[in-house]
Amino acid sequence: RMAAAAAAGQEKQLAPILLSFFIYNPKLGPKEGEEEKKILFYHPNEVEKNEKIRNVGLCEAIVQFTRTFSPTKPAKSLHTQKNRQFFHEPEENFWMVMVVRNPIIEKHKDGKPVYEYQEEELLDKVYSSVLQQCYSMYKLFNGTFLKAMEDGGVKVLKERLEKFFHRYLQTLHLQSCDLLDVFCGISFFPLDKMTYLKIQSFINRMEESLSIVKYTAFLYNDQLIWSGLEQDDMRILYKYLTTSLFPRHMEPELAGRDSPIRAEMPGNLQHYGRFLTGPLNLNDPEAKCRFPKIFVNTDDTYEELHLIVYKAMSAAVCFMIDASIPPTLEFCRKLDSIVGPQLTVLASDICEQYNINKRISGAEKEPQFKFIYFNHMNLAEKSTIHMRKTPSVSLASVHPDLMKILGDINSDFSRVDEDEEIIVKAMSDYWVVGKKSDQRELYVILNQKNANLIEVNEEVKKLCATQFNNIFFLD
Amino acid sequence: MSREAPPEEEVPGDEGGGGGGECQGEGGCYLALCARPVHFEKANPVNCVFFDEANKQVFAVRSGGATGVVVKGLEDKNPISFRMEDKGEVKCIKFSLGNKILAVQRTLKNVDFLNFIPDSPQLEYTQECKTKNANILGFCWTSSTEIVFITDQGIEFYQVVLPEKRSLKLLKNQSINVNWYMYCPESSVILLSTTVLGNVLQPFYFKSGTMSKLSKFEIELPAAPKSSKLILSERDIAMATIYGQLYVLYLRHHSRTSNSTGAEVVLYHLPREGSCKKTHILKLNRTGKFALNVVDNLVVVHHQDTETSVIFDIKLKGEFDGTATIHQFVLPPRSIQPYQIPVAGPASVTSQSPVLCKLYSSSWIVFQPDIIISASEGYLWNLQVKLEPVVNLLPDKGKLMDFLLQRKECKMVILSVCSQMLSEPGRGSLSVIATVFDKLNHEYKKYLEAEQSYTMVVEAGQSRSNPLLKRPVRTQAVIDQSDMYTHVLSVFTEKKEAPHKFTIAVLMEYIRSLNQFQIAVQHYLYELVIKTLVQHNLFYMLHQFLQYHVLSDSKPLACLLLSLESIYPPAHQLSLDMLKRLSTANDEIVEVLLSKHQVLAALRFIRGIGGHDSISARKFLDAAKQAEDDMLFYTIFRFFEQRNQRLRGNPSFTPGEHCEEHVTFFKEVFGEQALMKPTTF
Repeated sequence: RMAAAAAAGQEKQLAPILLSFFIYNPKLGPKEGEEEKKILFYHPNEVEKNEKIRNVGLCEAIVQFTRTFSPTKPAKSLHTQKNRQFFHEPEENFWMVMVVRNPIIEKHKDGKPVYEYQEEELLDKVYSSVLQQCYSMYKLFNGTFLKAMEDGGVKVLKERLEKFFHRYLQTLHLQSCDLLDVFCGISFFPLDKMTYLKIQSFINRMEESLSIVKYTAFLYNDQLIWSGLEQDDMRILYKYLTTSLFPRHMEPELAGRDSPIRAEMPGNLQHYGRFLTGPLNLNDPEAKCRFPKIFVNTDDTYEELHLIVYKAMSAAVCFMIDASIPPTLEFCRKLDSIVGPQLTVLASDICEQYNINKRISGAEKEPQFKFIYFNHMNLAEKSTIHMRKTPSVSLASVHPDLMKILGDINSDFSRVDEDEEIIVKAMSDYWVVGKKSDQRELYVILNQKNANLIEVNEEVKKLCATQFNNIFFLD
Repeated sequence: MSREAPPEEEVPGDEGGGGGGECQGEGGCYLALCARPVHFEKANPVNCVFFDEANKQVFAVRSGGATGVVVKGLEDKNPISFRMEDKGEVKCIKFSLGNKILAVQRTLKNVDFLNFIPDSPQLEYTQECKTKNANILGFCWTSSTEIVFITDQGIEFYQVVLPEKRSLKLLKNQSINVNWYMYCPESSVILLSTTVLGNVLQPFYFKSGTMSKLSKFEIELPAAPKSSKLILSERDIAMATIYGQLYVLYLRHHSRTSNSTGAEVVLYHLPREGSCKKTHILKLNRTGKFALNVVDNLVVVHHQDTETSVIFDIKLKGEFDGTATIHQFVLPPRSIQPYQIPVAGPASVTSQSPVLCKLYSSSWIVFQPDIIISASEGYLWNLQVKLEPVVNLLPDKGKLMDFLLQRKECKMVILSVCSQMLSEPGRGSLSVIATVFDKLNHEYKKYLEAEQSYTMVVEAGQSRSNPLLKRPVRTQAVIDQSDMYTHVLSVFTEKKEAPHKFTIAVLMEYIRSLNQFQIAVQHYLYELVIKTLVQHNLFYMLHQFLQYHVLSDSKPLACLLLSLESIYPPAHQLSLDMLKRLSTANDEIVEVLLSKHQVLAALRFIRGIGGHDSISARKFLDAAKQAEDDMLFYTIFRFFEQRNQRLRGNPSFTPGEHCEEHVTFFKEVFGEQALMKPTTF
C-alpha cells in the first residue's frame, strides 16, 4: 500500500477525528418523552436535541441487545463503514460513548474527490483505552459521577462534566493514539540505590516537617521515582503531569526564566524551587494559594486532596494534602523555604549520579533497536519508538502501519494467558517481534535487509540480554 | 605520701564557694566513686601512709615498719603484709613492678632494697646516689628490675642485674638542676622541672634498660614573673594519657592582669618524637581550688569551692584559636554522686544509719589518672564516669553520640538512646535520627575496614613480616546491625506505637545510612521492612523498593516474596526476577515454574542456560502430568525422547530414570505407535 500511495501522489490521508462524545444514564429518563434527561453530556453541543436522543437511544439498544448474548460483557465497540463507536460503563448505569470517524483516503477521480473509508484501521483496544482514560482523568479531578449526584444531583454532575470535558476533549489527539495508550504506563527514572535512598530520606523528612502532607510523589525528567499514591491513582496522575502540567511549564524553562528567582530576597538561600501549581509569586501578599483538587482511592476511602506540584530544575515533587486543610500563603512560604534548597541540591545530585551511571554502564550509545516494553505488574513502560512527549502528542518514529501491527499483536496477547511469541514479517524489510513473558510484553521492530527468522530471533535474544538481563524474561 | 601536695591551689580572690553541688534534685551525677574502695589504716603519728602511682598500691607503715607494713592495691584481693626493721623514718616506699623488689628511702643520700620473697630471711642492700652532694628527691621503678633516682642535681638510672647478688648497676645518669619531678607510669615518662622559675620541663623516656631524653619545653606562665623564684608548682601539673597520647596538663589559674574569665587547663601534647606543643585549652570559667583526673579519656576538673566537677572531651569539636583548640565543658557542673561509707563491724551492729562520705574534702588527694584518696578516712577510690545520667544532660543527640561513642562502656547506653529517640515522649526528628545512625555507622565502618585490611594482610601471609600487625579491637562503640536489630529496631517495630509511616521512614533511614557507608545490609533488616509494609498493606511501596533494588537480592528474600504471592500476586514476578539476578538460583527458578505447572517455561529456561542434558526427566514429566494437559505432556515426553536419542542413541528411557509410569501413560493416551522409533545410522 505504501508503494501505491507513492505512485498515486495526489492521494491524501485524513486522520481519524472525534465525531461525538456523550455520557448518559438510562435510569435518569426511563419514561417515554423524558429521554433528554438521560443525557448528561453531549459533544458537540450544537447537535440537534432529537439527534442526540436518537444516538443515545441507539447506543442503549446496542448494549441491551448484546447483553442478551453476553450478560457480563456487553458490546464495547460498534464498527461501521464511516466510523466506530466505543462504549464504556465506568460506573453502574453511567455510559460513556465516543464516536471516532475512520481514517479516510481522499482520491481524485476525474477531478472529483473520492473518499475511501478505512474500516479496519482503528484498533479497538487503543480507542477503548482512550475512552477509559477520559473517565479516569475526569475522576481524578472531579471524583466519581455518583459522588457528584450525591453532592448536588444531576445539575452538579452536568456542570462538572461540562466544565471538564469541554476543555479535555480538545486535548485528545486521536490521530496519534497507539499501543502506549493501551498501556497507559509509567516511565521510571533509572537510578542507583544510594541516590534513591537519599530521595526516600528527603521525602520522609519533608512529610515530617510539613505534617499536613498525606502523600508525596517524586519525579525527575518527567519520569517517576517514587509514588506514595497507589498504583492506579499514580498512573492517571502521571499521565496528567507528563502530558499536561509539565509541558505547559516547559516553555518558560527553556526561555531561561528558571533562574534562581529568590535572588531578590536578601537572606534567603538561593534555590531553584518554584510552584507549578499554586502561587506564582510568594512575595505578593495577595497571591492566591489555590491548588487543583484531586480524588484518590475512590473505591474505598475516597480522599479529596490538594495537589501541590513543586519543581526545582528537573526534579518535581507532588505534595498531596487533605482537602479539608486549605493551604495558606504562610504554608506555601514554609514549604518553599524548606523544600526549595534541599530539592535544588538533590536535583543536582541526581543529575550528577545519573551521568556517572550512564558513563559506567556505557549506555550513551543509543540502542539501535526500536522497542516498546511494558510490565503489567508495576506499569513500567519504556519506548525507544516514541519521541519525547509534547503538550499535544507523543509521536512515534515509525510508520503507522508498523504501530498497527504492534497493536494487533497486543490484541492477540490479551486473548490468552500463556506466554507467547509472535514474529511478523512486515513490508519493506521490517520484522516485528512481540514477546509476552508472564506479565511483561516486549515489542521489537527490526529493519534488517534479507534477515531470516532465525537471525531475527537471535537479534531479539541479544536485545533481551543487554536491555533486560536483570529480570526474568523467558527467551 | 609519695606526693604530699594537696590537690588544691590557694588563689587569692573574693570568689566565694558555691556550696555543695547537689545532684539528686537536678539529677545526673555523672561522676561516682567506685563501690569497692581500698580501705587502709588512716595516717596518724605511728602510721605513715604512702601511695605508689606505678602499682597503684597504698602502703601503711607502722612504726617505721617494725610493727608491720600493709600493702593494698585496687585489684588485689589479698593485701601484702610484712615486717621490716625500723631503720628510721621512711620517706618513700615502693615495690618494683610485679612486687619483686621493695625499695625504701629513709635518707636523702641512699635507697635501701629488699628482695621480696615471702617467708624467707630478709637481707637489705643499699644504693647510694652517685652524684656528690646531691639529695635524693625520690625514685621510681620503671620495670621489675629498673629504677630511677631523681636528685636535685639530676637523674640516675639503675638496674638490679641479679636480685640474688643484691647489688645495682648504674645504667645511665644525667646532670640537671631539678626543682621537682613527676612520673607517668603508663608511658614511662619522667618529667623534671628545671630552671629558676621551674617552668622549663624536661621529659625522659625509659624503656628496657634505655633512657632517652625527649625535647624540653616551656610552660607559658600567665604573667611575667616579678621575682626569680619558683613559680610553677608541681601541684599545677599533671601527666596523663588521653586517647593514646601523652599530655602534660597545666592548671593555669585566673590572673587578675589577664582578661580571662577564669582558670583554664592547658594541654601540651608530648609525643615520643618531636617537640611538645600546646594543643588544647579547657575553659573552667571559674576560679578557686581545682584538682584534675583523667577518666575514660575525659579530663575531669574538680572544683572544691562549689563541690562540683566538670568534664572535657578533647575529641569533641572546639573553637580553634590559631594555636590550640578551646573547649568548654561538655556537661553542666555536677557533684560526684553521694557516697556512703561502708559500715565496718559485724552485721548485727550495723543498725546505725549509713555515714555519708564528705566529698571534695580538703583531706582528699588526687592522683593520675583516676585515683582519689581520703587520707583522713583511709580510703582509696577510682573515679568513674556514669553514662546514663549524661543522656538527659546533653539534649543535642548528635553531640551526645559523639561523646558516648568515645566512652568505654557505651554500648547499652547508646542503644537505649536509640530506643528512646524512636519512642514518645520526645521522639527525635528524622534528621536527628539520621545523624545518629550516620555517626554509629561511621564507627561501625571504621572497624569493618580495619578488620578487612587485617584479614587481607593475614591471608596474603604478610603477618609474620609485620610484627606490629594486630587484630583490630572491637570496642563497645562498634554498634553493628545485629545490635541495632535486636535492641532497637525489632523492639520498635513490634511495639507499633509509632505511625507506620514513621516506622518505615526510620528503617529506610537506617538502610540509607548503611548504604552510605557501603556496609552490606543484613537480610533480617530487609525482612523487618517487608514485614512492616505487608502488615499495613503497603505492597506498592514494597514493589517500588524492590524495583530500585533497595532491598538487595538474596535467596531468603526471594523465598519470602514467593510466600507473599497469595496476598500480593506481583510478588511472584519480583521473586523470579530476583532469583534470575542471583544467577546461582537456577534450580529454584525451575522449582518455582514447575510448581505453577509452567513446565514448558521451566524447560525453556533450563535449555537457555544449557542445563537441559542433566535435568531429571521424571520431575518434568510428573509436573506435565499434573498439569492435566495432554498436549503439554506429549511435548515434554517427546523432548526427553529426543534427548535420550541424542545422548544415548536410543529414545527410550533407562530404568534409572524411573519413567515407566509415564511411558505407560503416554501409550495409553497416544498409543504405542506414537513412541519415537530408534533411528539407526
